[in-house]
Amino acid sequence: MLKYVGQSEARVDGVRKVTGFSRYTDDLKLAGMLFAKIKKSPYPHAKILKIDTSKAEKLPGVKVIITGKDVPIRVGLYLEDKTFLAIDKVRFIGEPVAAVAAESEEIAEEAVSLIEVDYEELPAVFDPLEGIKPDAPLIHEDLGSYKHASIILPVKGTNISNHYKIRKGDAEKGFKEADFVFENEFYVPHIQHSAIENHCAIAQVDPEGKITVWAGCQSPYAVRRTLATAFNIPLNKIRIISPAIGGGFGGKAGTTLEGIVIPLAQKVNYRPVKLNFKREDIFVNTFVRQAMYAKIKTGVKKNGRIVAEENKFYWDGGAYTEYGVNIARAGGYASTGPYDIPNVKADSICVYTNHPVGGPYRGFGMSEIHFAIEQNLDIVAYRIGMDAVEIRRKNALKDGSATVTGQVLENVGLMQCLNKVTEDIEWDKRERRVSKIKYRGKGIACMYKAPSMPNNVGSSAIVKINEDGTVNLLVTAMDLGQGSNTVLTQIAAEVLTVPISQISIMTGDTDCTPYEWQTVASRTTYCCGNSVKRAAEDAKNQMLRLASLKFGISEESLELKDRQVISKRYPDKKVKIADLAMGLTMPDGSGIHGPIIGRGAFIPPDVKDTDKETGQGDKPVAFWTFGVQAAEVEVDIETGEVKVLKIAAAYDAGKAINPELVCAQIEGGIVQGLGSALFEEMKIEKGKVLNPSFVDYKIPTVGDVPEMKISIIENPEPTGPWGARGIAEPCMVPTAPAIANAVFDAIGCRINSLPITAEKVLKAIKSKKK
Amino acid sequence: MKHKIRFTINREVKEIEVEPNKTLLKMLREDLDLIGAKEGCGAGECGACTVLVDNKPVNSCLMLAVEADGKKIITIEGLSDGINLDLLQKSFIKHNALQCGYCTPGMIISARALLDRNNNPSEEDIKEALAGNLCRCTGYQRVIDAVLDAAGKGGGK
Repeated sequence: MLKYVGQSEARVDGVRKVTGFSRYTDDLKLAGMLFAKIKKSPYPHAKILKIDTSKAEKLPGVKVIITGKDVPIRVGLYLEDKTFLAIDKVRFIGEPVAAVAAESEEIAEEAVSLIEVDYEELPAVFDPLEGIKPDAPLIHEDLGSYKHASIILPVKGTNISNHYKIRKGDAEKGFKEADFVFENEFYVPHIQHSAIENHCAIAQVDPEGKITVWAGCQSPYAVRRTLATAFNIPLNKIRIISPAIGGGFGGKAGTTLEGIVIPLAQKVNYRPVKLNFKREDIFVNTFVRQAMYAKIKTGVKKNGRIVAEENKFYWDGGAYTEYGVNIARAGGYASTGPYDIPNVKADSICVYTNHPVGGPYRGFGMSEIHFAIEQNLDIVAYRIGMDAVEIRRKNALKDGSATVTGQVLENVGLMQCLNKVTEDIEWDKRERRVSKIKYRGKGIACMYKAPSMPNNVGSSAIVKINEDGTVNLLVTAMDLGQGSNTVLTQIAAEVLTVPISQISIMTGDTDCTPYEWQTVASRTTYCCGNSVKRAAEDAKNQMLRLASLKFGISEESLELKDRQVISKRYPDKKVKIADLAMGLTMPDGSGIHGPIIGRGAFIPPDVKDTDKETGQGDKPVAFWTFGVQAAEVEVDIETGEVKVLKIAAAYDAGKAINPELVCAQIEGGIVQGLGSALFEEMKIEKGKVLNPSFVDYKIPTVGDVPEMKISIIENPEPTGPWGARGIAEPCMVPTAPAIANAVFDAIGCRINSLPITAEKVLKAIKSKKK
Repeated sequence: MKHKIRFTINREVKEIEVEPNKTLLKMLREDLDLIGAKEGCGAGECGACTVLVDNKPVNSCLMLAVEADGKKIITIEGLSDGINLDLLQKSFIKHNALQCGYCTPGMIISARALLDRNNNPSEEDIKEALAGNLCRCTGYQRVIDAVLDAAGKGGGK
């Protein structure tokens, strides 16, 4: 019987958040703090001829000014193509070319305006389809010499920073066997994470040369490693502290501001330097979700069985693709969606453009490709006269199916999700025309996703048992709002039989909390959860050992129950956790063992590289998460406006450690997906972002919420803690295609690009009438 | 030149000197160390900086500090007495109506203003009152549920 796992425990950070007590980076006030601002490029692609900082330097209150030449280092998580400040060239409008630290933000701002930069404009690339042409201007001439991870395959002398291929079966043969072949194209624009917290970083260098950085970051250890490498300092001389994080969604997964504040801090005599991005900077100067073109060719039998698929994904990677290259890879290894297709040829290509920098965004790659895959499947079904749910049932991955990379799957919950959602949306019931101008329709979309991460990255946790039997839990998985602090505490509570209120969790300090690769990829409950479970078990085993010595009976005959180690057979032989916490005192008064500290570590088992040419491999990812959403919409054919009435969603969480938090995640994902479906798009013209504010870039408000029916399916993931797998990102993946499919169902018009604006719908209705 | 202003903040009278171009949000955060109100956009679009000024919800990033002269201001820090949480605060926790927590102070303040003027709001009333408070995490349904629950328990005036 589980006592804490599987229970909807209240959030452990609830009180501090509702009282406004939580400290985010911008809330920190340090003595002697200086304020930084950046000078930004006005051109999308240009040579830097000269930077004159002399006027700015003379401004009273200016402490230091740096340019790219002061930080001549290339960094990047998967491909080292980025510099913190532009050096010889600028590659997007807004790229930082210089930075100032001054006594106040106002002085820094004025100093920035006094910096003079001479540029020579270069021909630019604004479209990945243009960027791959042989005569396209090169954005990174030195791509061939950049260091990169082995899983990334850049093409030297081009703008292609990663070309991921899948060659499964024989696609050509498959198309010949098909009764029908269809070709469709789709487009997904740039969008922005739009976490409500601004990006902010503070750095300080102490007299011993140690650098401390405070930044709301999803991945303190990855940031530490990147910065240590970049600035050539040993890891013990740099400390990353992440206070509370006001939303991440991938946008705070890498380094951005930290690389600018460190070189400033190194020159201001131990004073801390803070850089706080305003909303406009966040839109332009932090990661955005890459735009993507998809071309899908499908070969299908009369009975609805898909026998061949040829997919091409062209990603608009932006000016630097240090992280974006891995998004192309993820899009590639998931390229068919959750379907069992025997013959596949897929190419997922990341292309440099002179656009803002693409990076990880909730479920990276998956929302984008599923928008194409799931609409394509509906088109195919419609063309061959088959029901949209039926074609999915026919082709869905099931137990024993092989994925596009040849991985044979078990515990696949897709069909259960599909059945639940069709029931909840009442798929078989339709009332299309509700008035002269209002039409309703229903649409469905499936999804799958695996954590996109290197095979061998680790997590760890430390459990300290205190003198009174209470517990301190230390991890570096970050709670971005998803509730990991609560879930990880529940896991420790379950193993240790200690109530939630007697466990304090600490996160996000690389000098104190143990290694965690990153808080991304919906991997935290699974990876860090496993390490917390192991750490708690380690502490428990130490206590069982001591109790066994105390009572002179075997460890196996003892158990941990209600904060006591107790004999299974002789319940009077028992000792409180508190009495073992500092070790065991022997009858002669001597002590042994010392304080109980549990240690747990985890790497997903048996995840291996795939073949570079075919993408095939037994287990390229830790686990797959499956989910389905269905949407009911109402379209106003006079205005083109789409209203989402209802979304039904079902996800296979394996085991919901905290069911209410799982539902909360799914609801949040649906509404974020709804925003991307109906209104979110960064309008970029010749490299300039035209709508970098919440007035011009609308995200969902409380008035946009549809009725939501959420279901959790539980097919245990054998390697997850109590069977749990990640669901945070999958929640938003199928929302947009489900809505697009529902729009088609309502009015017979296919909108093959996001967002589905009233303007596009109206245009489609008009051209259909012709 | 600084201006001397006098106002009530979380039931305490304060007198300070502020620059004429300083926003109320900056004064709260920088001069009074009340960091519960957040800057999300600095342009009145996101509502993370919402505070009560004479019982009305105001985007403090759009109001000048000097305009606070003679006014009664309540921030999230003033909503509970340090021991007992406001009914809305309890209800937000109970319904998981928060995730990252960044928009939460502004959201709760806007909801407080609503319940103070209408202790029996409909779902539509809540949607109208919170239309200016952006949240990227929760999907809002639980926020609506939390406010309805608090109202039902006599969370209004």
